[in-house]
Amino acid sequence: MTDEPLLRVTALSKYYGSRIGCEDISFDLWPGEVLAIVGESGSGKTTLLNCLSTRLLPTSGTASYRMRDNQWRDLYRMSEAERRFLMRTDWGFVHQNPADGLRMTVSAGANVGERLMAIGDRHYGNIRATAVDWLGRVEIDEERIDDEPRAFSGGMRQRLQIARNLVTGPRLVFMDEPTGGLDVSVQARLLDLLRGLVTDLGLAAIVVTHDLAVARLLSQRMMVMKDGHVVEAGLTDRVLDDPRAPYTQLLVSSILQV
Amino acid sequence: MATPLIVSEVAKAFTMHLRDGIRLPVVANVSFSVRAGECAVLGGPSGAGKSSILKMVYGNYGVDQGQIIVDHHGQLVDLATANPRTVLSVRRDTIGYVSQFLRTVPRVSALDVVAEPLVARGTDRKQAQERAAELLDRLNLPERLWSLPPATFSGGEQQRVNIARGFITDHPVLLLDEPTASLDATNREVVISLIEEKKLKGVALLGIFHDADVREAVADRIVDVTEFAAGKAAA
Repeated sequence: MTDEPLLRVTALSKYYGSRIGCEDISFDLWPGEVLAIVGESGSGKTTLLNCLSTRLLPTSGTASYRMRDNQWRDLYRMSEAERRFLMRTDWGFVHQNPADGLRMTVSAGANVGERLMAIGDRHYGNIRATAVDWLGRVEIDEERIDDEPRAFSGGMRQRLQIARNLVTGPRLVFMDEPTGGLDVSVQARLLDLLRGLVTDLGLAAIVVTHDLAVARLLSQRMMVMKDGHVVEAGLTDRVLDDPRAPYTQLLVSSILQV
Repeated sequence: MATPLIVSEVAKAFTMHLRDGIRLPVVANVSFSVRAGECAVLGGPSGAGKSSILKMVYGNYGVDQGQIIVDHHGQLVDLATANPRTVLSVRRDTIGYVSQFLRTVPRVSALDVVAEPLVARGTDRKQAQERAAELLDRLNLPERLWSLPPATFSGGEQQRVNIARGFITDHPVLLLDEPTASLDATNREVVISLIEEKKLKGVALLGIFHDADVREAVADRIVDVTEFAAGKAAA
């Protein structure tokens, strides 16, 4: 384990015209660390996630990423081809709606295998064996490998999307409300699965969620956003058990107890 | 170091922004230290700030003023100002914590809940599970429960899982927040002997015990928290 961060974000801002998307965001992310970004709709958390994952270019600021060869690269000065390669190999992106991250009309096995082929794997037997292994790890029965995700339930689709993202052994995964839109029982299973995978694989992850319970379960650190700004940041249990910013106190006190 | 934990002039208040910014002072001028091999007990009535002090030492509550110095990997770290990454590292290797309540995770078995702190420090999972089994057995948790997630366990069963999880590592500092609150006499005795063993190994223990019998059995020293009442310090 090296003692250097994986991602360094400095004074990142994104404006939509004169409106603030997110403003002056700075943080470091270390290998194996899960950072939750919480806030309500319109707080800028998704804008920030999209800037970090280079799906959106920021107005100002920098984000540097430490590549596998330990070279630091400025994400916004890479060529489009380099960025796409990073997205396909070293990064994953789990969308809230699995249909945005899956190809709905090809088989489950092909959805997982496609990313392997993108990094140059050509041996059909190996690809299929890896796909079977990954379906098992996300608790999808092997006999569903030739089915299209269209025929899967919401929870299964989300698990398939996770397998598709993790099959290339990424070091950093972005997740946008990964449990949004799922039934609570399905959510619990998915969260537990994610938690296990993140720990076992030593993944770094940035998880956008409005659900504080998800943040508590998955992340070690969190940032609370409001109106495009980070209003509070720190250790997840510290922020949730001793919230200091007025907005964080409001969020924490709004949780319904079961 | 013979004194792995030093708390110096620590102050804490809560500001309730949703209640017009009312400020609730909790403690001020908290100063004490815990030596290796001793069990210091925080004493005082409910509401005196005992749990808050424990939570500040664990990094779970923020600290407004003062220092909390801990010997971490041979270096002195101030937990009052340490960054999250350092606090996590201190929790992994230096400060253990047995809370009153177990925060359960769906689908993780009691055995794995207990083994986890060892696995997180790089111990082989199988070995960690064996050690977890020994502790659960010692705490008289029926073996048929070991493979189940503790969410549905009784209060006393959950607490024993929690205690096993806290005692499984060899952290040099161990914080105990009423570890015996919902245990029967037999299991209280087990906890007392676990604490004695930690002391012999040179662990510095800091605890809260409402149970007078347990407190008398384990405490080497009582730290009177009423001395740190926020109003008193201001006077």
